[in-house]
Amino acid sequence: MKKEMIFAGFGGQGVMLMGRLVAYSGMTEEYHVSWMPSYGPEMRGGTANCTVIVSDKMIPSPLSSKPDIVVAMNLPSMLKFVDTIKPGGKIYVNKSLINQEVERDDIEVIKVPANKIANELGESRIANMVMLGNIICREEFLPLDIVKTSLKEVLPPHRQNLLEINNEALDRGCALA
Amino acid sequence: MAKKILMKGNEAIAEAAVKAGCRYFFGYPITPQNELPAYLSWRLPEVGGVFLQAESEVAASNMVYGAAGAGARVMTSSSSPGISLKAEGISYIAGAELPAVIVNMMRGGPGLGGIQPAQSDYFQATKGMAHGDFRLFVLAPSSVQEAVDLTIDAFELADKYRNPVLLLADGMIGQMMEPVSFERSIDPDDLPDKPWATDGAEGREKNIINSLSLDPAELEKHNQKLKEKYDQMEKEEVRYETYYLDDADIVIVAYGTSARISLSAMELAREEGYKVGLIRPITLFPFPKEIIAKTSEKIDDFLTVEMSTGQMVEDVELAVCANNSSVHFYGRTGGMIPTPEEILAEIKKIGGGK
Repeated sequence: MKKEMIFAGFGGQGVMLMGRLVAYSGMTEEYHVSWMPSYGPEMRGGTANCTVIVSDKMIPSPLSSKPDIVVAMNLPSMLKFVDTIKPGGKIYVNKSLINQEVERDDIEVIKVPANKIANELGESRIANMVMLGNIICREEFLPLDIVKTSLKEVLPPHRQNLLEINNEALDRGCALA
Repeated sequence: MAKKILMKGNEAIAEAAVKAGCRYFFGYPITPQNELPAYLSWRLPEVGGVFLQAESEVAASNMVYGAAGAGARVMTSSSSPGISLKAEGISYIAGAELPAVIVNMMRGGPGLGGIQPAQSDYFQATKGMAHGDFRLFVLAPSSVQEAVDLTIDAFELADKYRNPVLLLADGMIGQMMEPVSFERSIDPDDLPDKPWATDGAEGREKNIINSLSLDPAELEKHNQKLKEKYDQMEKEEVRYETYYLDDADIVIVAYGTSARISLSAMELAREEGYKVGLIRPITLFPFPKEIIAKTSEKIDDFLTVEMSTGQMVEDVELAVCANNSSVHFYGRTGGMIPTPEEILAEIKKIGGGK
């Protein structure tokens, strides 16, 4: 088993955290994992992305030139990475913010109304967790429970009060899968 | 086994320094290594240590000089342009034979360059770094766990040889997260004795820490003494890792991040039937020339992969010259990282092995 994933979006959408949770959960499940962020002069509103690899073998390169999965939280991210996806791979598209269609027929396109559901829950900032819940339950290589436990470990003490609503978002995303 | 935690390379090195008994850090911020001082800025006070952000890199390296002279386990970190500024102090530290650990998270250059990963400081790191005839002990990790292990080793080696040790990595190793565990922990109260330190002369002859030596004959003696130390490192401390040397027809030589990417390229090549092996130097000084020389007895083609226009490749050429093997080179620069596919294309160009 080896999954190469790229999480991409605006700075502030929480794409780094999504990737970290996958890496952390993979580590908990005793996979080899790596998490590599883009670290250009990005700022809030700019684009950000990270590459996460989860594998049952040692991970040689922590970068991915042909990812299995791309998660695009906004349009610039979709346009930037859609052509890199391995044939037969998948793209998760944040339908709430992306109207444009994917013009490849050799990959699977999964549309998730991440912001819409987040807004229904009353907190637009948890769109990332809606998306992540969907990915986890569709890909099935990590249990959702482990992701929730990881979230608890990864969130700093002063953010622990947000656990419940994040878990709710994960569940809602999962239910759509 | 200690619990695994997911950590950035920069933070993991910082924690490893604490685990190695280091209690003093002097530095100046620069991307892509800022998480390292940021971590130590709260972590060192927690264990009774000193974190100090100096007014400049030059000041920071001279603070390291002072602390090392007083016998402290001390560290500084920077990235390429900052290391150039620290080089003066590092020459004094090497001249005065003091143990210290320096981290260089390389970024593209020359000048201010960029902030993305590069391996363009190999010459600077391994060929003396600054004025005077000296060498740093240079360690090059290729994963976050190895960065942790080598950081702890770096402090031990620095004390053993009374020589500055450079941990040479790049923005990728610094920024990426991988699982690490901290197996070793050294009590700062239980460090090797430093009878040469200037830590108060009460009841003994005074010690002098100095790098000025105006008598040429004396200075030559000192240079020879340093040389003996470097020779001993070359004899006793060489480290490397090899893959598939038994059946290889082409051997890649790469360190750090380039080695990680090259391992992926090696896998791709092997899937297509190319018999590719790899030598990954872990110590860049002392350089693992013997294993490369020995390998060149039966290998005609070497491919050196670096994130530079070609620096380590010169050491590989020297190592294989007796056997007339061809040394090919592939490099990306400026913060661009080679892809496994690009390296595979180079392997195919060389053509052997299939």
